Amino acid sequence: MKVKLYDIAHSRAGDKGNTLTLSLIPYNEKDFDMLCSTVTADKVKAHLKDIVQGEITRYELPNIASLLFVCKHALLTGVTTSLALDTHGKALSFALLEMEIDNLQ
Amino acid sequence: MKRPNILRIGCGAGFSGDRLEPSVILLEKAELDYLVLECLAERTIALAQKRKAQDASTGYDPLLEKRMRLYLPLLKKNNVRLITNMGAANPIAAADKIIAIAKELRIKIKVAAVTGDDVFDKINKETIALETGEPLYKAGELISANAYLGADALLPALQSDADIIITGRVADPSLFVAPMVHELGWDMNDFNVMGQATVIGHLMECAGQIAGGYFVDPVKKQVEGMAQLGHPYVDIHTNGEAIVSKVNGTGGVINLATAKEQLLYEVTNPHEYFTPDVIADFTKVQLQETTQNCVLAQGGTGNTKPATLKVSVGYKAGFIGEGEISYAGANALARAKLAGEILYERLHPDFPELRIDYIGYNSTHRTTFGDVVEPYEARLRVAAKAADATTAARIGEEVEALYTNGPAGGGGARKYVNEVIGILSVLIDRNTIQSSVTFRES
Repeated sequence: MKVKLYDIAHSRAGDKGNTLTLSLIPYNEKDFDMLCSTVTADKVKAHLKDIVQGEITRYELPNIASLLFVCKHALLTGVTTSLALDTHGKALSFALLEMEIDNLQ
Repeated sequence: MKRPNILRIGCGAGFSGDRLEPSVILLEKAELDYLVLECLAERTIALAQKRKAQDASTGYDPLLEKRMRLYLPLLKKNNVRLITNMGAANPIAAADKIIAIAKELRIKIKVAAVTGDDVFDKINKETIALETGEPLYKAGELISANAYLGADALLPALQSDADIIITGRVADPSLFVAPMVHELGWDMNDFNVMGQATVIGHLMECAGQIAGGYFVDPVKKQVEGMAQLGHPYVDIHTNGEAIVSKVNGTGGVINLATAKEQLLYEVTNPHEYFTPDVIADFTKVQLQETTQNCVLAQGGTGNTKPATLKVSVGYKAGFIGEGEISYAGANALARAKLAGEILYERLHPDFPELRIDYIGYNSTHRTTFGDVVEPYEARLRVAAKAADATTAARIGEEVEALYTNGPAGGGGARKYVNEVIGILSVLIDRNTIQSSVTFRES
């Protein structure tokens, strides 16, 4: 069954220069392992292909059952000089949550 | 400290424009030892340097006077010390302003201004910027350079009897780490302790963001009382355990989900979170909901502190011109897109990096996902950079001219021109930085 990440997890975006950070936090900590196996850095890179130009690194934080995606070259140069409407990329957390995955559970 | 072996710090502002009232509630009801107001973003200080260059008595936070008139009587009445980076580009002028307000309100107060972050004279313009890989001078005219000071810069001020400690650029978590070191006797060379102190500071520094602000979602993350959102305070025990909470009766929520979102906010590597105090490791942090609206945080660690400090360098990056116009009803998006095509033809030759978005369709994420339902209305947004304001203004002028030279039914045209101050980062040897403290009394 396909589910949107929005249905099972929440996210907050942050910015540092031209780097976008996206947390991915399952509502139910039992979903953490499933997210680890399905929401890979490559899949997120494919999903955000129109937004993120650089490399995406995924960090796993089992201590808080959360993932963190760090996306380089993602903010049209960054908050101070970007031509985008959302110069920080603050709203991009919900771009990640638009991603669909096969819910194996 | 008002409780034995427990330090209580509130955070009443997470950015310069944050709401004024939550601090009043913290000061009145939270029995704080310290109130921290974090009001200085990367670009904010460059803008403040610009104001200071025009008038040497300015350059501090624009809301300083408003906040101080409101908070000074409560700080004094309830014996709460204030730590804030509202000094921005001019902490001493900010201290003078606070003293002037205190005299007017007949409040006896001592202010300590921490300086030394302004390193404009020490920066080599040949230094390679971290973001671009190119020397600083290539970016354009440089207007400011401020190093991120650490908790150590605040300690002399804290060791004095100053009621208010006002700074310029200090790493956000360090505003919290400093009172922990001072009051709890923590060793700044114990990097595990500094790691935990930094975790606490990081959880707190965005104020309302750990209490349901920037968290609530009407479907998946419902939160009560958002209009009366409370800002957080934290109880820090001598062993490093910290319990984040908020005043009873305020709106919002503090739970595992809000704490997790905030812990990872703006973190680019959870194994190595750089501050001037420590390279902290967030990957062993444990969060636990103890009671309603109380989260226990422990387990932050660290290895060492960086040999260099980050410096934010501001430079003049030209101007951005913007224009917007709306279309609604039948084929609204198609009419907006036609307007976009017309403007592209008219502007693209002179503005090769012209940005064209459709608000209500693809402007916020710069793309769309899956099948998108045709919106009832769409707003064309056009933006481009230019070296001067007059050229940048052409963007808005051409958008406005769509009224009589574009598709049917366009309305609500707006045009903007803004000067752009860019920010680049460089690293500086921390031994070249010498902070100092200046006192003022009413």
